[in-house]
Amino acid sequence: MANESFKGYRGEALEVLKSFDAQIWSDVEIRTDRGTYTGIILPRSETADPHHIVLKLRVGYNIGIAARRIRSITIQGRKEAHYKIPEKEFPYDPKRPLVKLLGTGGTIASRLDYRTGAVIPAFSPGELYGSVPELADICNLETEKLYGVFSENMAPEQWRGTAEAIGREIRRGVQGIVIGHGTDTMHHTAAILSFMVQNSPIPIVMVGSQRSSDRPSSDAAFNLMHSVKAAAESDLAEIMVCMFGPTSDMYGLLHRGTRVRKMHSSYRSTFRTIGDIPLAMVSREKITPLTHDYKRRRSDRNVVINTAFEELVSIVYYYPNMRPDIIDSLIDNGYKGIVIAGTGLGHVNKPLYPALRRAQEKNIAVYMTVQTLWGYVQMYVYDTGRDMMELGVVPMANMLPEVAYVKLGWALGQTNDLAKVREIMFTPIAGEITEREPSNGYLIFQGGIPEVEEFISKYRK
Amino acid sequence: MHDFRFKPFESMTPADYETVGFKSGLEIHQQLLTSRKLFCRCPAGRYSDHYDAEILRHMRPTLSELGEYDGTALMEFKTKKEIIYRIHRDTVCTYEMDDTPPFPMNEEALDIAIAIGMMFDCDVVDELHIARKQYLDGSIPTGFQRSAIYCLNGKIPYRGREVRIVQMSIEEDSCREVSDAGHERTYLTDRLGMPLIETVTAPDMKTPFEVAEVAELCRWLARSTGTVRTGIGAARQDVNVSVTGGTRIEIKGVPRIPHIPLLTYNEAKRQWNLLRLREELHRRGITPQTIQARSENVTRLVRKTRYLPVQEAIAAGLEVNCVALRGFRGLLRWETQTGTFFSREISDRVRVVACLTTLPNIIHSDSPSESLATSEWQSVRKAMSATDDDTLVLVWGNEQDVDTGAKEIVIRAREATIGIPSETRQALRDGTNGFERILPGADRMYPDTDLPPKRITDDRLEKIRRTLPIGYWSRESRYRSLGVPDDLIVSLSVSRFASLFEQVTNDWHLPPKLAAVVLAQLPKRMRREGLRVGHITQEVFGEIFSAYNSGKLAKEGIYTVLKKVAQSGSFSAGLLPPPCSEQELSEVIKRAKEEVRRMEVRHPEKQHEILMGLVMRDVRGKIDGARVAERVAKEVE
Repeated sequence: MANESFKGYRGEALEVLKSFDAQIWSDVEIRTDRGTYTGIILPRSETADPHHIVLKLRVGYNIGIAARRIRSITIQGRKEAHYKIPEKEFPYDPKRPLVKLLGTGGTIASRLDYRTGAVIPAFSPGELYGSVPELADICNLETEKLYGVFSENMAPEQWRGTAEAIGREIRRGVQGIVIGHGTDTMHHTAAILSFMVQNSPIPIVMVGSQRSSDRPSSDAAFNLMHSVKAAAESDLAEIMVCMFGPTSDMYGLLHRGTRVRKMHSSYRSTFRTIGDIPLAMVSREKITPLTHDYKRRRSDRNVVINTAFEELVSIVYYYPNMRPDIIDSLIDNGYKGIVIAGTGLGHVNKPLYPALRRAQEKNIAVYMTVQTLWGYVQMYVYDTGRDMMELGVVPMANMLPEVAYVKLGWALGQTNDLAKVREIMFTPIAGEITEREPSNGYLIFQGGIPEVEEFISKYRK
Repeated sequence: MHDFRFKPFESMTPADYETVGFKSGLEIHQQLLTSRKLFCRCPAGRYSDHYDAEILRHMRPTLSELGEYDGTALMEFKTKKEIIYRIHRDTVCTYEMDDTPPFPMNEEALDIAIAIGMMFDCDVVDELHIARKQYLDGSIPTGFQRSAIYCLNGKIPYRGREVRIVQMSIEEDSCREVSDAGHERTYLTDRLGMPLIETVTAPDMKTPFEVAEVAELCRWLARSTGTVRTGIGAARQDVNVSVTGGTRIEIKGVPRIPHIPLLTYNEAKRQWNLLRLREELHRRGITPQTIQARSENVTRLVRKTRYLPVQEAIAAGLEVNCVALRGFRGLLRWETQTGTFFSREISDRVRVVACLTTLPNIIHSDSPSESLATSEWQSVRKAMSATDDDTLVLVWGNEQDVDTGAKEIVIRAREATIGIPSETRQALRDGTNGFERILPGADRMYPDTDLPPKRITDDRLEKIRRTLPIGYWSRESRYRSLGVPDDLIVSLSVSRFASLFEQVTNDWHLPPKLAAVVLAQLPKRMRREGLRVGHITQEVFGEIFSAYNSGKLAKEGIYTVLKKVAQSGSFSAGLLPPPCSEQELSEVIKRAKEEVRRMEVRHPEKQHEILMGLVMRDVRGKIDGARVAERVAKEVE
């Protein structure tokens, strides 16, 4: 493996560079049997092949030159890249509220160089002010980097650390908290924080970006402004996710942490409240609550932090012809809780029954949710549902499967007594089960239908 | 130093252009003829002004790969534009909306691009790296164009020398602009994402006419492959111009090649005159260090003006600012381009940067045309503590825009003391050009992290090489020796019918001159006459030449048949002139025999041949030559 001077190069490309002592960032003239090229040798992605050398031409384009064609490399100088977001001191205004931005990773507050694998953070207040100066019109900002991980690598350890940091900041007296997070598992973290952090007196707003902040059309700046505004000024003392409402740069939505879900792999407006409506809309100018059903901001600093978590919990997405060995292997590996995402109203096939009986005998907590995401589990309608309840499978109303997963881990972290676990699971903490589903809680517009198209044409998407 | 004064366009000689050091290069954009777009699977080449949804976006500058901000990006950010995209679900998917990552590059497009690169005698790169080239004007919703250099270091022969091709890139086309007023700019997205190649020449052209000729050559060369799009907007060029001591200025979006000479003349003239302006400023002691300008709100002083644009602005509650440029007297009337003055450089900047798009957007005290009353100018001059040697510039707009506008006036005036600011400029109908934006640099390039580098294998290159048409230059000398008329040589050599020409002259032994006229001149004539040449295909020409060869169609009849094909949309035998009847042929032979009889024939053995010639003269194009020969032979016996 190459060292830093030949970062990313291996095999024949590395040999050629070494033979001419041409390190990365060298300003060179490369003669090949096809032509002569001048530019700067760049690091190479470690996943790319070992046959080419990457050259940044004077015009700014990069090309790859086959190592075997290279006849000579003449080094003329060196120009190393220094990514530095212009830093300006974040202005302090005693009249503005204090907001704390906690960073866990993701592209909202950092710029990731996939080529070299380096994370270039734009995260200090000065850097954020340099790239999104509008923030200073909203609040006084403090930042703290807790982690720098992709959201798929967020795990109980990071959840606990984040919850504890939130508790600390609330007791210190900040007026709002923003958490920068990768978007893939933002709804998992939002859900677990909704249980680990209870009775918060201030808004706790999670935010990310679907287009990284190294793109001119990034949603990062708007999301930051929206989330900071919600944290600084809103009356909503809940754990929320703040992301684009429409794909246009218009407003963000504040989703309750236990009802939100990422619903598109790449769209800006990927986050949706499931089975209910979002709490509020937020633009650069104003915050518009959409419901009265939310916890209000308070002036005290009282908060309950409970970071218990049992990691031996799994989520099983049922599919036709699933075999009992799936459940059996969880049992054999000592799992203490299983959340099933069942079909329709909450069903699995009969061949699984013996495995479910075994789970019951082994004192494993098994909860049923629906893979339709919208709607309630209802296990009385069909015999199969009743059979399963006999086997100890507990219907979990309209709790989302991911939410049920983190809540079960949290409950089992506190007790092994399944009756107590059940009590915790059914005690509402942060709107994770709603007693009723409003008629506009399930709205997925079907494109192509004349009335929908007519409606869409009137509003910016 | 810059003593030379530009003559009118018609009077400029190549020597004059040499005096000013005229240099020009081209960036030619050519759409490729593919069925789908470059990075998604939307159909290419479907245009419609109809749309079913709108998206609103903003653009923010980001750092380049080397950690720097691009000047253009910062300028565009200053303008604070809201960008509206109109989308039609048939031509745009979530990729163009920047809501889905790119799909792998269209291989068909890359093959076509490489083939054209080979025609330009370029080196094809071993590995393609897709770059993001930032465009913060909103013309691409992502804020960047995905673009990759795939060819370098090419050349084409031109007038006994070579024009160098610096690079060629394959990239996605941008949106079509619908409107741009105030702080809102609107685009149609149908063209967005279509595959395009950009060919960049070195600044090897020394006169405006050379630029147009080379543009023409490059266009024909690309077209000779038969794999590029033609028609309005399918090929567009940017022209770079500089003079000695000047700066490379890019004139964007020149729609038609015949516009190039006047546009490049005017740009050279503008640069030359700006250099002369700098000399004048320095003579007056105004340099980047000594320049003095101040700006004040003068709304109160002009509240009662009867000058309509300012009167209306004040009625609408807008503010009026005055900028006093110390010692600039008369210089805003300094001629830059033909009939255009330095004041327009300032007005353009205010329009673009401060978004004050309603014209006039400034007035100034150097202008001879009526604006403020003399007394109003005097009170403003007094308030600004300005003397008669100073130039006053007024600008109006809302508080924020007027402030940006006043600052921009000072910025542009200061730049005049330095030289010619690096800008991209837009081609205008009257042959002049206007400011579009600050010239972007290498800092706007960023590697595309969404797609991996793409290797171009030798096998692929070999396969493509086998499909290439012959370069036009290698045909030229052959055509000359065949007697193809001079004025047809270039157009025939780059024509899509060049290979047909080879076939009919080699295999069918058609007279080269005739074939050249039919293939290269008649389609042009049809176009001039407003006829559609789209139906005139290789096959149609094939049918016509075969009819000609078999004597069914006379030379003189060819154009008439082509016209009929254009009108009916396809070729059929019925379009040929009516055949000659047996009776008619008998009469012709009879007349010919009498004619021969009256001749003094020195070689009686040739009598048969002469008779045949006379008969064919009258029936060519109407009857098969073989049948004529048969009948003539019978008659002779």
